[in-house]
Amino acid sequence: MNIIRYIIQKEFKQIFRNKAMLPIIFVLPLIQLIILSNAATFEVKNIKFAFVDNDKTSLSRELVEKFEASSYFNVMTDFPSEKLASKAMLEGKVDVILEIPSYFERQLLKNKKADLSVIINAIDGAAAGVENVYINQIVQQFTKKAQVELFLFNNLGNQPQNIETIPSFWYNETLNYKTFMVPGILVLLVTMITLFLSGMNIVREKEIGTLEQINVTPIKKYQFIIGKLFPFLVLGMVLLTVGLIISKMLFQIPIVGSLTLMYLYTIIYILVILGMGLFISNFTDTQQQAMFIAWFFMVIFILMSGLFTPIESMPQWAQLLTEFNPIKYYVEVMRMVMLKGAGLSDIYPQVLKTFLFAIAMNALAVISYKKTS
Amino acid sequence: MSIILNNISKSYNKVKALDDISFEVKPGELFGLIGPDGAGKTTLFRILTTLLIQDGGKASVAGYDVQKQYKDIRNHVGYMPGRFSLYQDLTVEENLNFFATIFGTTIEENYDLIKDIYIQIEPFKARRAGKLSGGMKQKLALCCALIHKPKVLFLDEPTTGVDPVSRKEFWEMLKRLQQKDITILVSTPYMDEAELCDRIALITNGKILQINTPEAIIASFPKKIYKVRSSNTYQLIEDLRIYPDTHSAYPFGEYLHFTPKSEVFRSMDLTKYLAERHHKEIEVKETVATIEDTFMDLSKAHE
Repeated sequence: MNIIRYIIQKEFKQIFRNKAMLPIIFVLPLIQLIILSNAATFEVKNIKFAFVDNDKTSLSRELVEKFEASSYFNVMTDFPSEKLASKAMLEGKVDVILEIPSYFERQLLKNKKADLSVIINAIDGAAAGVENVYINQIVQQFTKKAQVELFLFNNLGNQPQNIETIPSFWYNETLNYKTFMVPGILVLLVTMITLFLSGMNIVREKEIGTLEQINVTPIKKYQFIIGKLFPFLVLGMVLLTVGLIISKMLFQIPIVGSLTLMYLYTIIYILVILGMGLFISNFTDTQQQAMFIAWFFMVIFILMSGLFTPIESMPQWAQLLTEFNPIKYYVEVMRMVMLKGAGLSDIYPQVLKTFLFAIAMNALAVISYKKTS
Repeated sequence: MSIILNNISKSYNKVKALDDISFEVKPGELFGLIGPDGAGKTTLFRILTTLLIQDGGKASVAGYDVQKQYKDIRNHVGYMPGRFSLYQDLTVEENLNFFATIFGTTIEENYDLIKDIYIQIEPFKARRAGKLSGGMKQKLALCCALIHKPKVLFLDEPTTGVDPVSRKEFWEMLKRLQQKDITILVSTPYMDEAELCDRIALITNGKILQINTPEAIIASFPKKIYKVRSSNTYQLIEDLRIYPDTHSAYPFGEYLHFTPKSEVFRSMDLTKYLAERHHKEIEVKETVATIEDTFMDLSKAHE
């Protein structure tokens, strides 16, 4: 016990004496949290909207005004012809073109039906889909209103039937994107710092030669490993705490679930990551190698975690792979516990799997760690 | 016996680092491994300190087999690797405390053993190890290797890169440690240090050339040896190499050491030959062989 305590003490001393590393450990992740949470959003906003009004009636102007009133669209000046508008889209100045045909108002009044042409830049397919929905919503609202106003004069007895749907968004009522992203980004930061630091730590001892000196001492493998990894567990928890405080204070993210559950799960999770870090450092000789391997896994884990792209839309084989992605489970657990207030029974599968990973990863790491070369 | 090696071999891929090495070191002996870089000294140390497993042969340290009883060895040996390998960002005192703790002891418990050395670095005990001078680092490393009162001490090129005064001090410390019943195996590329050992093994290309006391090794030098000097040293080597009676000629300090092939060699013949070749201030004198001469001779014969 005494030995482990002394190693832990030594590790902390070294961490706090490394003046270059301190800000990297504590400040950079928080800056990342603040920047990413504000920037990494899938909300489609500030759509560059152009229109070609061939009708030029009060009704067509009213339609354009609807778009102007929406916070999603930045309405640009109108183009005299569709050709010029297309050219602007080609140059990237315009995302969406709405073309209102001649006799739009007359058609609508006479036939109760009129056509509109919408052209959307669909290079970013996901964004184009969202834009399409927004446009449809606005056009529908417009026609509904137009029908009521126009037809009222024609047949007074025939009121249009209105079925209105009012969606209710659970767990994130205001559809605040940050509520969705912040817990996930917090996961990334905790993972990155603990993986990189633990991966490089033992390699560093290899590089500077101290590991050789340690290896000729009677120190036990488990003592050394626990002593080495425990400080990073603590660091991970500190980062989580600071991150949660920022989420609450700065982003007003609701923390519905139990903090205890979150911390307990995080401990198990960090054990997985530390085991990985140790495993990496056993198979590398320099910090540079360790860093690159850690990055390799990090990138795959992040992109396949369901944080930025839904796992459900991945191909079958990729979905299977994500089963082995610890970040996926941590993102799920954080979102479930933080936003939905899930209890232990709700996240039981994730806890169990993460726990198994922790055991497997650390067993592998301990077995592959050799004092003799 | 403190250290026993029987037919130890070790290869890295196809390169033979150690080839059938056998020798013994007596308890309390100061034993030197003398050889150039790449001779296999460090490999030998790493096998004896249980950091590396030999391909063949048997070895024991302090009565424990290096393979089967490696855990016991780790409790009873001190190892100072060739490269400074203490924590540069910890202070002198913290480093010492750290190693004392992982050996399950305290500084106080074995203080008498390291006292002589520690008092020299004690004024700097709050200084980080990375900020010490080369000689100080060496002393700290020695303290850390001694803190658990080892039976056998392994020092891998402890004086490489250390200034001459510190080197001398270091060897005096080793002599004192020897009095305290510690067997010391030390390697060095410096031939002058060899003469300070009780016995030495000359090693090159993974093979032992000779094992004996330094005196016996010098006495065994079979030929007469001459020191030669002239105003143009470079030309002198060139000319000696083509001189028909040359067995060997190599630089040695400000002189060249020259051994003749024939028994009947006379120094005046060489002086005459060099004068013909326009050398000035020619000096040819018989001298006593050193360890280095023996080493050069043996490794030449070995090739």
